[in-house]
Amino acid sequence: MGEKMSRRPYVREVSRTAWFFKRPRYMRYMAREVTCIFIGIYTMILLVGLARLSQGQAEYEGFLAALRQPASIVFHLLALAFALYNSFTWFNVAPKALPIQVGDQHWPDSVVAGGHYVVWVALSLFILFWAGVF
Amino acid sequence: MAKSNKPVIWGTFAAGGELVSLVTPVLIVLTLLAATGHLPDMLGYQQLHAYAAHWFGKLVIFGVLFLSLWSQAHRLRITFYDFGVRADTLVAIVVYAIAALASVATVVYLARI
Amino acid sequence: MSENRTGARQVELEVLRYNPETDQEPKFQRYSVPCKNEWCILDALNYLKDHLDPTLAFRWSCHMQVCGSCGMMINGEPKLACKAMVRDYSGVIRVEPLAHFPVERDLVSVADDFMAKLKRVKPYLIPGEKRTLADGEYKQTPAQLERYRKYAMCINCMLCYAACPEYGLTPKFIGPAAISLAHRYNQDSRDGGRDERQEEIATSEGVWECTFVGACSDVCPKHVDPASALQQVKVASTVDWYLEHFMSWVKK
Repeated sequence: MGEKMSRRPYVREVSRTAWFFKRPRYMRYMAREVTCIFIGIYTMILLVGLARLSQGQAEYEGFLAALRQPASIVFHLLALAFALYNSFTWFNVAPKALPIQVGDQHWPDSVVAGGHYVVWVALSLFILFWAGVF
Repeated sequence: MAKSNKPVIWGTFAAGGELVSLVTPVLIVLTLLAATGHLPDMLGYQQLHAYAAHWFGKLVIFGVLFLSLWSQAHRLRITFYDFGVRADTLVAIVVYAIAALASVATVVYLARI
Repeated sequence: MSENRTGARQVELEVLRYNPETDQEPKFQRYSVPCKNEWCILDALNYLKDHLDPTLAFRWSCHMQVCGSCGMMINGEPKLACKAMVRDYSGVIRVEPLAHFPVERDLVSVADDFMAKLKRVKPYLIPGEKRTLADGEYKQTPAQLERYRKYAMCINCMLCYAACPEYGLTPKFIGPAAISLAHRYNQDSRDGGRDERQEEIATSEGVWECTFVGACSDVCPKHVDPASALQQVKVASTVDWYLEHFMSWVKK
């Protein structure tokens, strides 16, 4: 009868560092992930602000002065863009982690995501109001 | 196969991520207003100091900083892994240590107000 | 790319070829296939095999998106060859075996890793209480069915493994389909095997390897939404962890 066929499966290597360039879908994922760098730095800025607040008025005014530097303003704009991208990508996938079933139907994803957007707007307005912006 | 202890960090990441997605943009807007010379009232020294002096203010400030630090540290760990840095345990130790130190610093500063 | 009176057009296929007995590595081979407008890629491959090159190897069976056999990369996207329509593509169509699996031969991938993982998660009902025939059949309400219905649609086609970048980077990851199927049974009111499955999926090579890229749900041909199953497993495992470590008197 026939000879035994020899198997030699071929493994196609995946680039550890450049895999995400292969599909736009992966690029959007990485964009979402790197928002943590900006939000992380911003959180550290808040921590510094807290430190200066605890040290006294002069120190705190110094912190505010540093905030007014051009580099700080540029960073804030970038951080805001990345934070918004993080927020929207988070709201849009939140329904997957929190399915809400009432009776024998699940709430549509758009309802859970939409709820997040509504809470976000309401909370943001409240905080702006509390801070005395208007 | 032992069950992972990842849930601890993931739970904090999920809670922190939820918080960050809801409040970080508006916080950035507040400090951006301060940076462009339109300082919001509550960010003035007297008002903010008074807020942080109150136990509730301390709770809020600690909660926001703690959850933000740990959720972003965890995501940073994963980001390193996705960029091809294989030494996951080392990265984890470093990012969580930074988050831990920053958390301790938060408590210390709050206690001084 | 000319269309003639019968609604057919000549389509260029660039197909990955690999013969383990003669080739050191895979290479691409170009074929020109006359396709009808209503054809899917699988039809084109079958024409190719019947008329142009009988040596091409590929898996297929039902031709109707229920068996899960014909998963392959079509222009770099994981698809069922019987679901991808020729008319949706222009130019040269590149056909490769499913990504993240070793290539056995031509378009046939080695599925052993997935099969082993499927077995590990015990994707079958493990009754919680002993039942005898006299107890009769299980009764299940529509609401109870809804808790797992979506995840029962999986046809084991492995497109999600081809899409998942974490599986590509970390082959020991148990993966989207296996964990979704474990979740499907965990959510089934008839089942009592959750603890056993948690031993497999609540591990670092289980659900914790997932970083919620979500590509798995994007490519799933049966709308199983494995990404949602994995996030729910994370939530459940987190609640479990806190209950186990702090409130062991509470029954999970």
